[in-house]
Amino acid sequence: MRTDAELFNTPDASSGRRVAPRSQGAWVKWVLIGIAVLYLTLILFIPALNVFVQAFRNGLGPFFSNLVSQPFLNAVKLTLLIAAIALPINTIFGLCAAWAIARHQFPGRTLLLSIIDIPFAISPVVAGLMIVLLYGRNGWFGPWLQANDLRIIFAVPGMVLATMFVTMPFVAREVIPVLEEAGTDQEEAAKTLGASNWQTFWRVTLPNIRWGLLYGLILTNARAMGEFGAVSVVSGNIIGKTQTLPLYVEEAYKQYKTPEAYSAAVLLAFLAVITLVLKEIVERKTRIKDVEE
Amino acid sequence: MTASPTNPRPVKGDRSFWYRLTHLSWPWRVTWVYLSFMLFLPVTAMLLSASTVGPAEFWRIATTDIALSTYSVTFGTSLAAALLNGVFGTLIAWVFVRYEFPGKRMIDAAVDLPFALPTSVAGLTLATVYSNNGWIGSFFEPFGIKIAFTRLGVFVAMVFISLPFVVRTLQPVLQEMEKEVEEAAWCLGASSWQTFWRVLLPPLIPAILTGVALGFSRAVGEYGSTVIVAGNVPFQDLIAPVLVFQRLEQYDYAGATVIGTVLLLISLLMLLVINLLQAWGRRYAD
Repeated sequence: MRTDAELFNTPDASSGRRVAPRSQGAWVKWVLIGIAVLYLTLILFIPALNVFVQAFRNGLGPFFSNLVSQPFLNAVKLTLLIAAIALPINTIFGLCAAWAIARHQFPGRTLLLSIIDIPFAISPVVAGLMIVLLYGRNGWFGPWLQANDLRIIFAVPGMVLATMFVTMPFVAREVIPVLEEAGTDQEEAAKTLGASNWQTFWRVTLPNIRWGLLYGLILTNARAMGEFGAVSVVSGNIIGKTQTLPLYVEEAYKQYKTPEAYSAAVLLAFLAVITLVLKEIVERKTRIKDVEE
Repeated sequence: MTASPTNPRPVKGDRSFWYRLTHLSWPWRVTWVYLSFMLFLPVTAMLLSASTVGPAEFWRIATTDIALSTYSVTFGTSLAAALLNGVFGTLIAWVFVRYEFPGKRMIDAAVDLPFALPTSVAGLTLATVYSNNGWIGSFFEPFGIKIAFTRLGVFVAMVFISLPFVVRTLQPVLQEMEKEVEEAAWCLGASSWQTFWRVLLPPLIPAILTGVALGFSRAVGEYGSTVIVAGNVPFQDLIAPVLVFQRLEQYDYAGATVIGTVLLLISLLMLLVINLLQAWGRRYAD
């Protein structure tokens, strides 16, 4: 909820503010734009374009024949499976953590916010190493796991754990500000009218935070499908068994099977493009919502 | 956000700490259980494994010649990449906020590409583009400059991976900045340069530094793109995360744990620095 004062002073960053001052020649503007675009071209656009050019260089035929090879299909399946497990679990955690942080004041609140960010700060290799130290043969739970004939490291469960670790903060990070902005008024009203906690969540809170949540899900999914470092440490990279698409890309490249590498890379690049487009749509929706309010 | 005065919930101040701990609502329980299991447990396991090595042995492994060289490559290159992005990221954010030009929206959206593109794909394409016969690498080849599979390649990958941080940290701050202050400076006869250095830059510095620190922290930990674009030659372009990976592949758990712990502690330190910078930025904004 916005206060009246805020409603009257709607920030109009888009209108009128961007007019360049008269004292500054138009050439400065175009030189700066030129430098910015040149830098982005060298660092970003040419490498991005290269993925598509390399993948389709010999036409669509070889591209599709690479796509139907068995190791490749297994990699796709495994990538989807890992994301399908990691995504819902991290969503539940993210929503709980966001609610706990946004709806409560307690000593150490800022500390808890920073703690949730730790997985972003840690190198993916170190994240993978931690999981090996816990569940590996010489790890804390290693003897117990072996006694019960359970395999986590060099198997899918370890890769799921690694993915969950590196994507842990996204949902909470995106939902917290939305939840804070939405305020508690509507929830309190629902409670007063006799709604249960669950009803309040489904009917009031969830619709309020849906764009933030969706944004968090998009980012979690992109990282879950694209994660390389952490998954690589725990996977053992057994072709056809514990190889996700990003691992397939590296493996094919190292074995000088560059066309295969680019066939998989272009799929992942498509995933990235879809992520960016969805993100843009979500941002536009929230902006429109802001204006409407 | 200050919710405490507006929060109409009854304050449970009279309950003891223990009572509150045992009567947590279930979202709190999920949060704590998940954090304990997924975050505290692994970090503790790592720190305890490192401590079993013993301080003298820890120091010996952490400061072997090869480890020291990987730190210098990792931190030197990350810092250079983050600083370069500090300069160009500021310029890009400025251009996006202040100017209109065709294709701006698309270019703006594309800045997030390094967040969305899987790192192994980034490494693959950077290795191709910046190799001796690649689109960009071939321009440098006649001058005897090799980029891919050298330290320069690592640098390019780190620049790629840390680019969005400065831009995205700076954009909202620039958007908020009052145009009036700037115009006042012009009215008082300041030149464009003077206005930039004396009026515009100082309030942006906390945000620029936060972006640089975020980019640096990401570049230090980066593995996927750098392992592919680097030659991974010890003492030349071998970075610390790759060394951890190699130690683990050789079943040298002590070595992997010690160097991993050094990286972990530096990550946590960076997180602290970033938090302090953000607090500084908030104070500046008020």
